[in-house]
Amino acid sequence: MKRLLFILPLLVFAGVAIYFGFGLTRDPSKIPSALIDKPIPEFALPEIAGTGKPALTSAGLKGEVALVNVFASWCAPCRIEHPIFMRLARGNAVPIYGISYKDKAEDSAKWLRDLGNPYKAIGWDFDGRTAIDWGVYGVPETFVVDKTGTIKFKHVGPITPDALNNHILPLIEELKRAP
Amino acid sequence: MAPELGHIALILALCVALLQSVLPLAGAQMRDPALMATAKPAAYAQFFLVALAFGCLIYSFVVSDFTVENVVRNSHSAKPLLYKVSGSWGNHEGSMVLWALILALFGAAVAAFGRNLPPGLKARTLSIQAMIGVAFLAFIVFTSNPFERVFPPPPDGQDLNPLLQDPGLAFHPPLLYLGYVGFSIVFAFAMAALIEGRVDAAWARWVRPWTLAAWSALTGGIALGSWWAYYELGWGGWWFWDPVENASFMPWLVGAALLHSAIVAEKRDALKTWTILLAILAFALSLVGTFLVRSGILTSVHAFAVDPKRGVFILAILIIAVGGSLALYAWRAPMLKAGGLFQPISREGGLVLNNLLLGTATATVFIGTLYPLFLEAIGGAKVSVGPPFFNATFVPLMVPLLIAVSFGPMLGWKRAELGAVFQRLWVALALSLGVILLTLAFDKGRQILAALAMGLAAWLIFGALVEWAERVKLFRAPLATVWSRAVNLPRAAWGMTIAHAGLGLMVLGITGSTAWQTEVIRLVRNGDAFDVAGYSFVFKGTQSQEGPNFIATRAVFEVYKNERLYAVMTPEKRLFPAAGSTTTEASIRTNLLADLYATIGDPEGAGQPGASGPPAFLTMAGQDVAWTARIYHNPLVPWVWLGALVMMVGAGVSLTDRRHRVGAPQRLPHAAMPTAAE
Repeated sequence: MKRLLFILPLLVFAGVAIYFGFGLTRDPSKIPSALIDKPIPEFALPEIAGTGKPALTSAGLKGEVALVNVFASWCAPCRIEHPIFMRLARGNAVPIYGISYKDKAEDSAKWLRDLGNPYKAIGWDFDGRTAIDWGVYGVPETFVVDKTGTIKFKHVGPITPDALNNHILPLIEELKRAP
Repeated sequence: MAPELGHIALILALCVALLQSVLPLAGAQMRDPALMATAKPAAYAQFFLVALAFGCLIYSFVVSDFTVENVVRNSHSAKPLLYKVSGSWGNHEGSMVLWALILALFGAAVAAFGRNLPPGLKARTLSIQAMIGVAFLAFIVFTSNPFERVFPPPPDGQDLNPLLQDPGLAFHPPLLYLGYVGFSIVFAFAMAALIEGRVDAAWARWVRPWTLAAWSALTGGIALGSWWAYYELGWGGWWFWDPVENASFMPWLVGAALLHSAIVAEKRDALKTWTILLAILAFALSLVGTFLVRSGILTSVHAFAVDPKRGVFILAILIIAVGGSLALYAWRAPMLKAGGLFQPISREGGLVLNNLLLGTATATVFIGTLYPLFLEAIGGAKVSVGPPFFNATFVPLMVPLLIAVSFGPMLGWKRAELGAVFQRLWVALALSLGVILLTLAFDKGRQILAALAMGLAAWLIFGALVEWAERVKLFRAPLATVWSRAVNLPRAAWGMTIAHAGLGLMVLGITGSTAWQTEVIRLVRNGDAFDVAGYSFVFKGTQSQEGPNFIATRAVFEVYKNERLYAVMTPEKRLFPAAGSTTTEASIRTNLLADLYATIGDPEGAGQPGASGPPAFLTMAGQDVAWTARIYHNPLVPWVWLGALVMMVGAGVSLTDRRHRVGAPQRLPHAAMPTAAE
């Protein structure tokens, strides 16, 4: 009995060490979205003049697997991820929709003219209300939406090649195969 | 050239540490004096080599050698010299070299000052210390080489995180590490004692100065970090229960417990296995702190390097060191002889209570810090545990501890009468009640808990003074007697009085700043006047400022007290272009009884977050627009850190006690040490 008391610290530590080992496998900066597996919010955003692309509504997002990217011309990281979307758009892998977040329409339009426009349709969310419904807390954020209009994945910050190739593209393939 | 020299020195230090971890230990086991004697030169060599490597690193920073990747990532040619030097440990790799340096420093110090130690104990201790050195030097050499070259060298560096470019923070890591790593020596002593199977009063006496030194440095390191958070982060607070703050606080709590239990082990030959366990835990928690910060499993301002490979390496060190030592403890500790018996109401009983409360408090902080991780491990939600948890759990544990602090030193060894102690403490009790009543009167009875806490602070301070007065027979003997008694009072007793009073001062500061803080957040325009806690503030607008590696906007507030100019406060907001980040510089005006604290935010209508171009606070400097200002009046807050400083001084005075210096303690095989007459 007394012996057990001396072994106790070792046992407690063993438990703690297992948790630490587990802790190394996760990323603390990742905050899961509460909207995963929830239907996309209802919204109807106006178009941005001068882009030549239609406006974006929730109805327009249903029926096929799609990427929704929240961006702004004033956001430096958006500039970093932009070429990745351009490449995706050229490959026609998946339709990409844009939500312009708290940005002047002419700034967004100029930005897209300068850097290229990967979006199939763009909604102008000047007051950021729609972005709140999407649970956006900073730009850029990117969502994967399935055929039924359900949010399946959310990426915070600029898309990295790692996130694209290992998470987003495989998920899109899987969702496309689903009935 | 210097980077290669440093790199080679690190590798050589690793080799020396390997030898030092094997030869002296083998010598001690085989009773071979020649082998045991290798410990001393090896410890010196290890220290010299790591110091050389660290010197090379600092040199690379000072001359801005941008062929070294670490310098590129953490320095800039325009940075002031102090921050070039401190930048060398303001990053993952450099801070690990500093860790290894302090480890080697303590090893060399034991080799140099441990003349009284029995050769076997000394050899084993230095071997254990070298094993820790091997682990950390291997970690540096294999996963975190600070001397990695980069080609082609960039024209200039990316600058050190501007939050870290601060005189307070330049010295925060070295002090903190002196504390963390200092516990490694205590740990090594504990391991050596377990291997020998012998823990006696002499052992406890050898361990105590190292514990004192480490704990005192840790007190300073934590206080400096908290002070920095207070004036640099601009939130007006000084402790946030951030995981990394907690990581340094846990070894501090256990260290405090160890300081006290070592007294029982020394004077009464009791609580021996418990003292050993605390020695292991103090260092284990230091390693856990290092692991939490370095592995990136918790997010924090401190977590600079998120690299799973490094995390795995440190976890391996943690498991081997802590798992190994606890296994040795489980095996050997039951064989240690139990020592002197005592009644629950006695000096020993008081120290056990101290240990129980400090131990429980540590467990509380541990659970609060790691609960989010535990919850996620079993598939729960992402949560964070904040100050409400700690306030609700930690504070109630501290109250009985603080009440007991003044009783403890009044209790006699073995058995004591609580009634008699009360009688001797009545002055302190009466004064504390007086403080409570005075506080209630001044505060008009609004905050009863705060008044009680003020009474508790007074209880600690007056309790310490009364105990000291008793020892020197103040007011009861002629002054000459009092003088000679005070002069001859053991330094350890002086140290205790000072440290306990320092604790009281700290409680005073904590209570004052928590209970009576005034916070005013408002938009101010040129010429606006407003009152904060009896001071009249007049906003005089903003102006541009330029520093060596930053540009800033400075706001000017004139502060009037009773119609007279009391201070001009100039909080700043700075942009560091090379690092691309901003900092706030609070302006603080203290009169030691209270701080006025001002920070300036953004101008009204500042652009979108993340907008390109210079931030609005710079472009709109000097314009007549409204600015966000946060003004605080923090009563008594300086005493949080001054109290910590007094505690450090107490520990320092105790460290100079003559029994740590002269009169080589004789190791008596089976008898307890003769107890010093109080």
